[in-house]
Amino acid sequence: MTLARAAAIILTKELRLEFRARELLTITVVFALVIVVLFSFAFDPTAGESRRYGPGLLWIAFLFAGSLMLNPSFAREQSNQTLDALRMAPVSPFAILAGKMLANLVFLGVAELILVPVFAVLYNLSLAGIVGRLALVLLLGTIGLVVTGTVFSAVASHARMRELLLPLLLLPLLAPLLIAAVEATAALFAEQPSLDRAWLIFLAGFDIVFLTASWLLSDYLLEE
Amino acid sequence: MKARAAITVAAAGLIFFAGYAALFIAPDEATMHEIQRVFYFHISLWTGMYTALGLAFVANVAWLVTRQPKWDWLGVSAVEVGVVCCTGGLITGVLWGKPAWGIWWTWDARLTTCFILWLLYISYLILRGLIEEPPRRATLSAVFGIFAFLDAPLVYVSNRLWRTQHPAPVLFGGPDAGLDPVMVRVMLLCMVAVVIVTLIVLVDRYRLEGMRHDLDELRLAAEAREFKSNSAPIKELP
Repeated sequence: MTLARAAAIILTKELRLEFRARELLTITVVFALVIVVLFSFAFDPTAGESRRYGPGLLWIAFLFAGSLMLNPSFAREQSNQTLDALRMAPVSPFAILAGKMLANLVFLGVAELILVPVFAVLYNLSLAGIVGRLALVLLLGTIGLVVTGTVFSAVASHARMRELLLPLLLLPLLAPLLIAAVEATAALFAEQPSLDRAWLIFLAGFDIVFLTASWLLSDYLLEE
Repeated sequence: MKARAAITVAAAGLIFFAGYAALFIAPDEATMHEIQRVFYFHISLWTGMYTALGLAFVANVAWLVTRQPKWDWLGVSAVEVGVVCCTGGLITGVLWGKPAWGIWWTWDARLTTCFILWLLYISYLILRGLIEEPPRRATLSAVFGIFAFLDAPLVYVSNRLWRTQHPAPVLFGGPDAGLDPVMVRVMLLCMVAVVIVTLIVLVDRYRLEGMRHDLDELRLAAEAREFKSNSAPIKELP
């Protein structure tokens, strides 16, 4: 079985699971909204300040929501030892990891699709004319978040207190991604929207570095 | 044993001499005066940290490839020593920052990189504390250690692009760098002294980890023997 096909099967399984339960997406969206609302109470931003702090807030909300949302990705394979069953399948471990990364990318992508318009309304930011470019920044940023987050979800799933551990492992590692994603998003929300190529390249570089590392280390990550 | 004691005493002497040289032998710096003397140890601590964390990365990769427990012991020892050096570097940096820059802390590229590294390697140690089985703990923490190490240059570049106000390196900046030759010698002395002490502590920590491993093995063997003698009659059953 090819890697792509095996990954697609895992992806379908994850999506079916989520479609039946609809737990993960609801929690993620509501949690991110809570952060957005609390931020507005804590800082009471004016229109100008919204423009200034909005992109940072948006990404903080995604990072926090992502670091919680990625937990069940491997943790729920632990409760019934289903990970052992997956490992027994004659596919490369990276296929399992890649399937889960794709599923998480879909979940977080859908959550962002819901959150960004709501956020734009709440903070009076106009999305007109920047939708395509914003989608590109969101995609590159979310890939980096999901790749590292899925790997760390597998790491944390074997530890005690894994729910607390995952944000602790993930958030400092994502510091460079946060800077790049926020700067790229801020350039789009500026008076004269522009696509900051340097930050886009940086985001793509971040994704490539950690995707390659995940590919190289996936055998060790999922071994018995 | 005697050789180790001799090396330790010699290293202690060296670090005291380095401290003396930094405080009394090195000439006064023109603009920063006495406060500049913290640099001799500030920069040396970073040298110690990079040595330790570099070793930790090598050890992490070597564990995954060879599966020899000694690499895992080296990994955890190097990270612990690296975190101590990093803490010292951050504290001396903050102490220097207030009089020299007028602020304790700034989100400059190098400061931020070291702070993030500090957080990442603290997380590495916490992660190790939360996984029970030794081989799994070694593998998963090695994977995390490799990710953390890869993150360091990314943190640096992102902050560099973002903003920076750290003084540019003058130590090896060529003939026009304007550093007094005595200062260079004292700096090198301090670096060597700190790296040697770092390595000695690291080796001791490594041996301690090895002993812990042996102790665990012995304990398991003893438990197995006890279990065997208690459950001997059951074994008679068909």
